[in-house]
Amino acid sequence: MSRSAITKLQASILLVLVLAGVGLAVYGYSLAQPQPRARLIVSTTTSLYETGFLDELKSKFELKYPNLNVSFISQGTGLAIQTAMRGDADMILVHDPARELQFLTGGYGVNRKIVAYNFFVVVGPSEDPAGIMGKSPSDAVKAIRSAGLSGTAVWVSRGDDSGTHSKEKSLWKAIGLDAKQLRAEKWYLEAGSGMTATLKLANEKRGYTLTDIGSYLLNFNNHNIDLVKLVESGKSMLNVYSVIADNPKNANMTKANFEGAMQLIKYLVSSEGQDLFANFGVSNYGIPLFSPYIKLLETQSDPQVIKWVSELGFFEGSECPQQSRYQADDLYSIQAAVPALLVSLQTGAEQRKTTHWIRSLKA
Amino acid sequence: MDPIIEGIIRALDLILSGDPEVLSITALSLLVSAFGTMLACVWSIPVSTVLALRSFRGKRFVKGLFNALIGVPTVALGLYLYLLLSRAGPLGYFQLLYTPYAIMIGQAALVTPIVVSFATGALESVDPDLRTLARTLGASELQTYGVVIREAFWGVVLAVIAAFNRAFAELGIAMMLGGNIRNLTRVLTTAIALETARGEIALSIALSFILLGIVMSLSIAINLARKSAR
Repeated sequence: MSRSAITKLQASILLVLVLAGVGLAVYGYSLAQPQPRARLIVSTTTSLYETGFLDELKSKFELKYPNLNVSFISQGTGLAIQTAMRGDADMILVHDPARELQFLTGGYGVNRKIVAYNFFVVVGPSEDPAGIMGKSPSDAVKAIRSAGLSGTAVWVSRGDDSGTHSKEKSLWKAIGLDAKQLRAEKWYLEAGSGMTATLKLANEKRGYTLTDIGSYLLNFNNHNIDLVKLVESGKSMLNVYSVIADNPKNANMTKANFEGAMQLIKYLVSSEGQDLFANFGVSNYGIPLFSPYIKLLETQSDPQVIKWVSELGFFEGSECPQQSRYQADDLYSIQAAVPALLVSLQTGAEQRKTTHWIRSLKA
Repeated sequence: MDPIIEGIIRALDLILSGDPEVLSITALSLLVSAFGTMLACVWSIPVSTVLALRSFRGKRFVKGLFNALIGVPTVALGLYLYLLLSRAGPLGYFQLLYTPYAIMIGQAALVTPIVVSFATGALESVDPDLRTLARTLGASELQTYGVVIREAFWGVVLAVIAAFNRAFAELGIAMMLGGNIRNLTRVLTTAIALETARGEIALSIALSFILLGIVMSLSIAINLARKSAR
């Protein structure tokens, strides 16, 4: 008698569990299906992601294009590009021009647009054991290495094939050193993780590291770190962010959401998207974390930076080679103006004329 | 010491005030892991019944294999499943990568050895005389299995709860297959990793309290239920 009672109890518990499971599954299914909105997967860098910029971009963009559901996958630039090459993302938003060129010429990406820029900085402990304060970037890394070899300084590398890591490697290369060989030296540490984690590691080790200014300000203001800016600005410290859509003609990418990617690219270069860059972080840090590039072209506020961007971020004199453009519509009508504009930098009157011309093109 | 205490106070505030972000992350975590565990049970419980109650060649090897797989590293499993589910991979057609289903499938694969091994153990510990008795009373083979499973009920439930806890608390699969996308695949563990990387320590602590609370109260509840059933 009591035996069958327990059996009934057990059976009912089992039934409840199964029902709960089915209910959860159905609910989970409905929750996970934000369709019929089309998904747009963007693989991107940790620095953009950790600052919270992409959350804001998502909410503003989806407000305007309610048929799209944007998902950001935050990885280092190297991995972000590989994710897209496998067809697992519809577009990339990254900051490593050399790798971007490979992505384009390999037939993986089309319609590259430079959307924003900021500067890298070398940060370190306020004691500055290597004495790099105010030095040029190449003198600074030289001093850090000699201090490192004598055991008084430590360098923390991202070590994750990100865009920041590429920039760091180019700094070592500029003074004739190969980052691969530096790995064997004791003062050279590899974090192998995102920018915030690397900054925190450098902070704990009282070491130097290279960071984009956005990630630095975020962590400094959060009291995550007390490292100080020691070397900043200069052409070699420029950090250029660009977007590239998957090439829908590539065999791996036939399912890519090309239309959605183009919509996001056009949004980012529109004045609304550019304002998003211009305003993000101003209330917290006093300056924008990322400076809008198209706006810079329009206002001509800093001809020096325009020149640097075209030297560091252009291929064959353009931000996107002709053969890597696909159904680009009017995306490059502004870009066409840039070479003329660079020539016009010498004469102020002409410069104003060009600016006016660009504005009319934009409108 | 200050930032830790401050973090704990803000964490409690976030939980008690029912912060929508915290709630939705918790809900998604529960749903994904519950469904993943259920999925694993669909095949694991029949497999463990066969393993416990039938004898066949290579049985010890199969049992040993499942036992060994209990400790499979989540990042390794995550990597293999990533390659399978990627659009360029063999199952790319279904476009499952970076969806909650990918996490569910991954967690189901992860906890299968746990359910199989623990449930097999529970079923084997049932007195063999019970089976003999059932057979002499005229029960068919399948009915005999039913009797044994009923007898080992709480042992099997315990296996399922252990599996759920493992799925709920793992990070590697959720990160690699889900991508930690806000409002879609951000679960408790990936959110803790992200918020710590972002320096949002209070939010991390709040989420970790929820994670710990759920895992621990499940274990306590199951122990109480087991005692009261006896």
